[in-house]
Amino acid sequence: MSWEDFMKHRFFAGIAAIAVMSLPVFVTPALADITIGVTIPTTGPGAALGIPLKNSVELWPKEIAGEKLKVILLDDAGDPSIATTNARRFANDDKVDVIMGSALTPAAIGAAGVAAEVGVPHFAISPVPPPVAKGKWTFVLPQYSSVLAKRMFTRMKQDGVKRVSFIGFADSYGQQWVEELKNTGKEYGLEVVADERYARADTSVSGQVLKAIAAKPDAVFIGASGTGAALPQIGVRERGFTGPVYVVSGAVTFEFLRIAGKAVENTIFSSGPVMVAEDQPDDSPTKAEGLAYLKAYEGKFGPNSRTQFGSHVWDAMVILKKAVPVALQKAKPGTSEFRAALRDAIESSGPYNATHGVFQFTPEDHYGLDQRGAVLLTAKDGKFQLLPEKK
Amino acid sequence: MHLDATIATFLIQDGLTNGAVYALLGLAIVLVFSVTRVIFIPQGEFVAYGALTLATLDAGNVPGTPKLLLCFGVAAFLLDLWSWRRDLKVDALARNFALNLGLPLLIYGAVLYLAPLQLPSVIRALMTVLIIAPMGLYVYRIAYRPLADASVLVLLITSVGVHLAMLGLGLIFFGPEGLRATPLHDGSFTMGPLLVTAQSVLIYLTTILIMVALYFFFEKTLLGKALRATAVNRLGARLVGVRTQLTGVTAFVLAATIAAVSGVLMGPITTIYYDTGFLIGLKGFVAAILGGMGSFPVTAIAAIGVGMVESFASFFASNYKEIIVFGLIVPVLIWLSIDAVHHEEE
Repeated sequence: MSWEDFMKHRFFAGIAAIAVMSLPVFVTPALADITIGVTIPTTGPGAALGIPLKNSVELWPKEIAGEKLKVILLDDAGDPSIATTNARRFANDDKVDVIMGSALTPAAIGAAGVAAEVGVPHFAISPVPPPVAKGKWTFVLPQYSSVLAKRMFTRMKQDGVKRVSFIGFADSYGQQWVEELKNTGKEYGLEVVADERYARADTSVSGQVLKAIAAKPDAVFIGASGTGAALPQIGVRERGFTGPVYVVSGAVTFEFLRIAGKAVENTIFSSGPVMVAEDQPDDSPTKAEGLAYLKAYEGKFGPNSRTQFGSHVWDAMVILKKAVPVALQKAKPGTSEFRAALRDAIESSGPYNATHGVFQFTPEDHYGLDQRGAVLLTAKDGKFQLLPEKK
Repeated sequence: MHLDATIATFLIQDGLTNGAVYALLGLAIVLVFSVTRVIFIPQGEFVAYGALTLATLDAGNVPGTPKLLLCFGVAAFLLDLWSWRRDLKVDALARNFALNLGLPLLIYGAVLYLAPLQLPSVIRALMTVLIIAPMGLYVYRIAYRPLADASVLVLLITSVGVHLAMLGLGLIFFGPEGLRATPLHDGSFTMGPLLVTAQSVLIYLTTILIMVALYFFFEKTLLGKALRATAVNRLGARLVGVRTQLTGVTAFVLAATIAAVSGVLMGPITTIYYDTGFLIGLKGFVAAILGGMGSFPVTAIAAIGVGMVESFASFFASNYKEIIVFGLIVPVLIWLSIDAVHHEEE
């Protein structure tokens, strides 16, 4: 190709690029629709969270309080920079009324930053740390680890556990849990005697398991998520550990049970209540929405397809259904007045009885969930069951 | 924490088991590199595909890989048609049709028929290898053959591209959650304090068997000798009548077969995700680098070493395990760079 040809190509490529970049300017959303921008990882390391979330977004109603609902869903692959770009696109080009996402903490923090800067109500689908949750525009949907941890530690104390070996992910998720165990656990008389880490993609955890058991613990605590938690669960049982094993909520999936098989006997899981909506007493505030969600989700995606991750966006819709009518009295969707009114309405219109607990947001607390947001489970015959309270 | 004899034997056993699989992968990487100059990063994806295919077959379902094979075959067929657009011969077309469309269709049909029958685990393992092995052929045809004379750097970038594409396809076909296959044999026996599972014995035996088979292939068969000739000198091999395209295809099919076998061996002892393969392949790559990307015996021994280091590192400093394992290659690279004559491109 000659230099001239090359320049010609460059010229046309340049025009094409400009045309593509300027496209969003012409696509302004019709006013009076409520627009929600969702950024979640449907590929990459967070895909196990992102795919059930995407499925659950499909279950959203077509309108809220008579206003048509417009949803823009983008994949961020769990990458904070992509999540930030997505959030910026939502705010600048799509003029959204609500931003949701992402499901991995670093990416959620990125989206929260944009929401705070441009003033759009934001639901984080990850338990972002307190400095982020203090932000004026960000509300947190999943349980912060302390809600689940307190329920779990109470039970461990009742079971007479003192020495605990921790095996968990070598990332922020594992770190968060070991810190709960070391800091909050002290109040429950728990002592961490081994702190072992591994990566989700590791093919063996034998070394970690051996060390955890050699420390002679009363119990093993697994701080890992999804099927990744199965490796140490099987490992400790293979090495003949018969004491109780406590597993955090991220592992409460049917895939985990399928892989761990018989190794889950004498294992206790902490979880959001949605996994066992059927088992809850009828007066439980989380039962009605939980059943409705499971019926919708499993009706569309098959029996036993439930996860706890997906229902967070259902909870967001529970909140919006109540908050949007309040905000509509003040302003029309698509305006900054509406976004401000919606933010205020979310904060003040609680309590919201959702699938994962009862949200009661206040200006000081954007986590909103209390102990009703956590239950303990056991597993039997490939199914999770609600563990009765120990008196 | 004290390391007593019992724990040490456990760790050695664990390191040996993983090291044996890394050895297979290391050998495949050295094989492909020496014959085609391709640094075969997608090797790990083939392992994951193998393990996930086996796990899906174990559950009595039809895995996505035969369908993928069919797509690859169609792409290869179309590429061949395009390259022959000026000079179409009937017999070549027929051969092309049989290889690129007939073979994957046959495999797809067989899997569709056999998958729900709950056949013995050995048959399922064989089916898995049969599904994955031809992928080496099509991946070579689609991605690498058009670039056979490109520089090592271009081929490396191609490899990264193939790796990313196969990673994405893996997510589509197998989903985000991990799977675990059932062991080929459930038994185990104790040896002193050690619990030895039949699966780990199977891993050792298969690794040794494949190494012996590779040795005889390279030493005794004409095709093996042609591969060695290509590895020594591509141009020279061509001049004396070796079809370097054929040796390239052979290297890729061998590598895919070895990867599929590794996947079948690995699948039942751990949870495999669509993206696990990369890390496993990378450890084979570490072994291959320790072997100077050329020596089969050194690579095999280095792989066992990688497995051991990994196992002991996970006991003493689980947080730094990967850093320790991948840190192994730094001194070797420095040593090789001092030793090597600098040339940009051969």
